[in-house]
Amino acid sequence: MFCNIKITTNELYRYKMGTERNDFMENILEISKVEKYYGNRSSLTKAIDNISFSVSKGEFLAIMGASGSGKTTLLNVISTIDKVSSGHIFVDGIDVTKLKGNDLNKFRREDLGFIFQDFNLLDTLTAYENIALALSIQTVKANEIEKRIKKVSEDLGIKDILKKYPYQLSGGQKQRVASARAIITNPKLILADEPTGALDSKSSRMLLESFNYLNDEKGATILMVTHDAFTASYANRVIFIKDGKIFNEIRKGKSSRKEFFSKIIDVVTLLGGDLNDAL
Amino acid sequence: MLCKLSFKNIKKSFKDYAIYFFTLVLGVSIFYVFNAIESQTVMLDVTKSTREIIDLMTDSLSAVSVFVSFILGFLIIYASSFLIKRRNKEFGIYLTLGMSKRKISMILFLETLFIGVISLGVGLIVGVLLSQLMSLLVANSFEADLTSFVFTFSKSAFVKTLIYFGIIYLIVMIFNTINVGRCKLIDLLYAYKKSEKVKLKNPILCIIIFIISCVLLGYSYYLVTAGVNKITSDAKIFIPIILGALSTFFIFFSLSGLILRIVMKMKNIYYKGLNSFTLRQISSKINTTVFSCTIICLMLFITICVFSSSLSIKNSMTANLKTLAPVDIEIKKTLDIPIEEIDNYGYTYEQAMDSKLSVRQTLEKLDFNPNLYFTDIIEFNLYATNDITIDKTLGSYYEKIKKEFPYLSYSTPESFVKLSDYNRVAKLFGLEELTLDDNEYIVVADYDQWVPIRNGGLKAGTKINLLGKDYYPKYDHVVDGFIDISNNHINVGFFVVPDDAVDESIRQQNVLIANYKAKSDKAKKEIEEKIIDLNNHPYANNTTIGASSKLSIYEASVGLGALVTFIGLYLGIIFLISSAAILALKELSESADNKERFRMLRKLGADEKLINRALFRQIFVFFMFPLLLAIIHSVFGIMFCNYILSTLGTDEVLTSIIMTSIFLVVIYGGYFVITYLCSKNIIRERR
Repeated sequence: MFCNIKITTNELYRYKMGTERNDFMENILEISKVEKYYGNRSSLTKAIDNISFSVSKGEFLAIMGASGSGKTTLLNVISTIDKVSSGHIFVDGIDVTKLKGNDLNKFRREDLGFIFQDFNLLDTLTAYENIALALSIQTVKANEIEKRIKKVSEDLGIKDILKKYPYQLSGGQKQRVASARAIITNPKLILADEPTGALDSKSSRMLLESFNYLNDEKGATILMVTHDAFTASYANRVIFIKDGKIFNEIRKGKSSRKEFFSKIIDVVTLLGGDLNDAL
Repeated sequence: MLCKLSFKNIKKSFKDYAIYFFTLVLGVSIFYVFNAIESQTVMLDVTKSTREIIDLMTDSLSAVSVFVSFILGFLIIYASSFLIKRRNKEFGIYLTLGMSKRKISMILFLETLFIGVISLGVGLIVGVLLSQLMSLLVANSFEADLTSFVFTFSKSAFVKTLIYFGIIYLIVMIFNTINVGRCKLIDLLYAYKKSEKVKLKNPILCIIIFIISCVLLGYSYYLVTAGVNKITSDAKIFIPIILGALSTFFIFFSLSGLILRIVMKMKNIYYKGLNSFTLRQISSKINTTVFSCTIICLMLFITICVFSSSLSIKNSMTANLKTLAPVDIEIKKTLDIPIEEIDNYGYTYEQAMDSKLSVRQTLEKLDFNPNLYFTDIIEFNLYATNDITIDKTLGSYYEKIKKEFPYLSYSTPESFVKLSDYNRVAKLFGLEELTLDDNEYIVVADYDQWVPIRNGGLKAGTKINLLGKDYYPKYDHVVDGFIDISNNHINVGFFVVPDDAVDESIRQQNVLIANYKAKSDKAKKEIEEKIIDLNNHPYANNTTIGASSKLSIYEASVGLGALVTFIGLYLGIIFLISSAAILALKELSESADNKERFRMLRKLGADEKLINRALFRQIFVFFMFPLLLAIIHSVFGIMFCNYILSTLGTDEVLTSIIMTSIFLVVIYGGYFVITYLCSKNIIRERR
């Protein structure tokens, strides 16, 4: 019953929005000529200045940029937390810039998974309950929740800490719980905002390895925003943003992580001083 | 600069704390309204006796006002220290910018001043307006005609309100200064980041505590209802009160730990929608609010009891008057005071001499001719002997009843009335007339507490020996009736015996019952005034004569009813708004804290509907939790109040309970709804 509704509502969006399903089926995210302005007529700031790119299914994309380059704004408009000034964002063929009210909530609930720099776990709930909440909002049955959490906690190595509260966890553990919460709903797209920002280097590595695992083994599509070259080197592709525009784009291809890391460093150097502090 | 800052602060937080301001205004206006009653009653055209009751009422109201000002003072201090705690970070920023603590205190001082002045001003305006409505209620309560509407303004109440609240605000300012002086910068800046440890209490301990406190509570319930005769002294009344208060605290304490545990076990409910979130929200807070929950519960309990009891007193005061005071006047005097014993009883020689005379003769000595002013006159004697006391007339039932009610005065002599005398009175009163055989007696009583005791004695077939002759009960139950006019069923019982059973050697009182020889109420009032004037007659001190009149009983009832209603209303409203305001403020500040959490839920994709429902449930539980226990308490509390008040013979419980519920729903429910709407507004995402 519920399954049927889910399928048809997707169709419904398309019908309502009058948008055509994108030809490139593997493109999970399609950003087309997005602009975002702040301020008023007298002092206009372009946080995003005509950016277009696409993310295909199963890709792990990092967006790099100095602070103020517009990368977080970009993530916010993709996640529908913020609205675009112009342009379109298609997630799996649906124009999310046109969604409103509960459709928006439904979209976030079912199609997106969030991982934040400051974890955003609810401190009153245990790790288990934090993960479960994402499912119970989707009215998943309790025993199904249990099954899925068991699986995902094994994958991310957080099985032993499920009963603990956020304040009892280290930053890395918290971030892996947040990741578990993000992927447990099988979202089409996982959005990570500076996920290693609050972590030490060891925890960062462990988290990024979990990302790789999710990306390789589970086929999760991840879009990560970071200013840290090391973090970005775990991705398949890195897009550099400067002053709201795409500055450069590099792919990992067949190179190793270390080689990819030095490639990124090269671009960062090219970008100029602003990103040097990110190293 | 400081002035501007504090003014802006008020403006900024005004929307979120409107409920605090609203409560202040309400408190001020109610304080004024009840203290202004005095000036309104001045206008009323009432008799002297009513005026006395009004004076008593205004005195009691101003005494209660002191108590009320304490309650309001605590509320305001609590609320303001609470609101300051919420602004820790703001103060932290001021401090890092180099502002001195003295200046921060100054900001707070100015803020309190602004709020104080504004709330006092608005409150007084509202109060003056409300008191115009109140004057209608006052006139109505004292059944006085409000011939013309006069705009009243009570200067004394106005000044009093200013002084009382001025003092309260001054104390608040001192408290605030102390609070600010004590805090450290690091705590101010990072207070909000300290994640509260969520402790789950040991469930077994919780269950044990819960069971013990339930048993204790049950015992105190038992003490005030079925086991009420165990309360044999004034001090013992504190046993159920203290037990009740303690067990209330521990019930909240243990339940807060248990409920979460229990629901967590029910996985299908716990992991449904935002249930887990809501429950955790509730239990995380209840851990820290057990104490305030208890206080609120007890305050609600007191409110319900005070309000419903005062209403039932008022209702029953005026309800029975027609049947219980069927004639205009009853005059009574004690006969045959033995001259040798006058010192023991505090009589004078003249009074002892006068006690040989009948009521009529004494009235004539007072230059009052009964025949001129009275009609339907009935004169008769009451008889009593020290040989026949209550314990004797209860017979074999006495031992049993003594165990149950050990403190009744069983050595009081019984009163006897001749059958023919009683029947004359009964005819005038519209009561059932009686017949008796030669050796029979009948007990007439209508006091609820005493009827079963009397019945017990009658069922035992107790024989009494009066002047050497034996008499047996005609019925095994008492006959409903009375001879003294009053506003309640307070006849503990007297014996109707054949006319020849008593003689003048044991006469004890002479009674004169009559109606006034007057048609209109006004003429009746004139006669009444004349009788009251007899007190100024030179002979008045030489007699023990005493009268109760329908009019005075009526006025006393109405006045007393009004008195308890006003006091009940006053206390009830203050208690209720205080407890509701504490709850509301707590919830609102939590909502501000929870803003982040709700934003998180939105990011997870929870619908607005789901979020609102979670918020509603959370607030609902917090308002209902204390109320529920308070209602259970009140059931027993009201039963106890009725037991005590049955000395006054109250029986109009249902209407007062309905009135109380309406009152509760409007004020408490109103606060609940406002809290919910404000919280919703706080957590709403503005975009």
